[in-house]
Amino acid sequence: MKNKYIALSVVCLLALVSSRRWLTSAVAADASASVSGVVKFDGLPPKPSRIDMAFDPNCKPSSPAVTEDIVSGANGGLENVVVFVADGLGDRTFQPPAQPAVLEQKGCLYRPHVIALQANQKLSVVNSDATTHNIHPSPANNRESNTIQPPGVPLELSFAREEIAIPVKCNVHPWMKGYIAVFKHPFFAVTGKDGSFELKDLPPGTYTITAWHGKLGTQSQKVTISAGQSQKVDFAFKQ
Amino acid sequence: MRVVAHKTSVTVAFIILFSGLSGYAQESHIGSLVGNAKHGKALYQRYCIFCHGPQGDGNGESAPYLDPKPRDFTKATFKCRSTPSGDLPLDSDLYDTITRGVHASGMPSWRPLLRQERADLVAYIKTFSPRFREEPPVAPIQVPPEPPTSAESVKRGSQVFQSMNCGLCHGKEGRGNGPSAASLTDTRGYPIRPFDLTSGTRLKCGDSDVGIFRDLTTGLDGTPMPSFASALKPDQIWDLVHYIATLRAAAKAADAR
Repeated sequence: MKNKYIALSVVCLLALVSSRRWLTSAVAADASASVSGVVKFDGLPPKPSRIDMAFDPNCKPSSPAVTEDIVSGANGGLENVVVFVADGLGDRTFQPPAQPAVLEQKGCLYRPHVIALQANQKLSVVNSDATTHNIHPSPANNRESNTIQPPGVPLELSFAREEIAIPVKCNVHPWMKGYIAVFKHPFFAVTGKDGSFELKDLPPGTYTITAWHGKLGTQSQKVTISAGQSQKVDFAFKQ
Repeated sequence: MRVVAHKTSVTVAFIILFSGLSGYAQESHIGSLVGNAKHGKALYQRYCIFCHGPQGDGNGESAPYLDPKPRDFTKATFKCRSTPSGDLPLDSDLYDTITRGVHASGMPSWRPLLRQERADLVAYIKTFSPRFREEPPVAPIQVPPEPPTSAESVKRGSQVFQSMNCGLCHGKEGRGNGPSAASLTDTRGYPIRPFDLTSGTRLKCGDSDVGIFRDLTTGLDGTPMPSFASALKPDQIWDLVHYIATLRAAAKAADAR
């Protein structure tokens, strides 16, 4: 009986200690820093070309489909750029989130065109089209797979190792090409139409921030941020 | 003193375990045959090196003249497997490919070599990729007994052929001339043609119905041919096999006339 009480109090003590630990890390997260900015395309972006999907009448894009090699908005923002911490996290390790990333095939295009997720995080692949696709990632540092996916059938993938970025394509519809960027940490973002990005909840430190674009290459900058600080970093790509 | 003895025995156990594991990677097991990588190396240097290269990367002296290109063993990506998409092949899969050869490629049948020699080659080929040392062996896919073919099964199979978009690569009539055919490349970027199912020629991974069932289930890794394992039930795959058989039979009948 006495032993039981001792065991119970030890458990309580451990719980208390671990919760206090959790509390301090939560406080640290509040004081943590962020890096944000805009990726621009310098000059006149190339005119996208129309994609001819005529041979599969079940491909029904909502608007006439065009190539997405370089997508730049009215204000010069560059879309589909992966911005991430390339160096500076030391030997910290990060658990993948439980929530899956979602890659949709819609109108016989990948939505989004570029997706980023953490290593071992689930990638839920959705086929919203009325036609059958095949999902064929060709990694250099991860396992290749090639799976057919008829309409409405769920499919889950995951990648064990960091790789920036894995080309993915549908062989059945040869214009369908996208990228899957895999990171061992959660500090990454993919730019939207305005080219903006934000890397949140970074511990204070000195980092190499890299911007990657499928056609335009990579650029890097070094930043040092202290607790609670928010730093601006902009990138500009040209052809 | 007893603690020391215990420690020593643990260390010895580890040494035995690890030398055993690394030894395993240098071996192949095909039925009762045990292949030896050291013996395989000598055979490789005599028979395989000219196409597959001294590093096993498919860049042998003859490689520039070959289409399709010799397999790059360092990637450990193999078309003909009995394992799921992306998984390593079984030793017996590699043994079967060496024995059978790969039709419509530069790879001949190596049946003239002794069974032991072919097993030795499998053991050596596995040393080119660390994946064979790092990844535990996977279970092969299950092939349920083939139901008898029938007009209904063939009809269902033709519907599966349609709904799975097989025709976009293999052509509406299976002639290998679908609208996407010209765009296809293998993982290394070389152009690759979808199989003409009406040609009546031999398939790369074996000609039996079971062989075709397996190809459809596993997919041919490194090529555009995907795995249908998660999309189709085994019965539907058999229907597809029966439909493909009619395309092939038509070609054979035309050939006989």
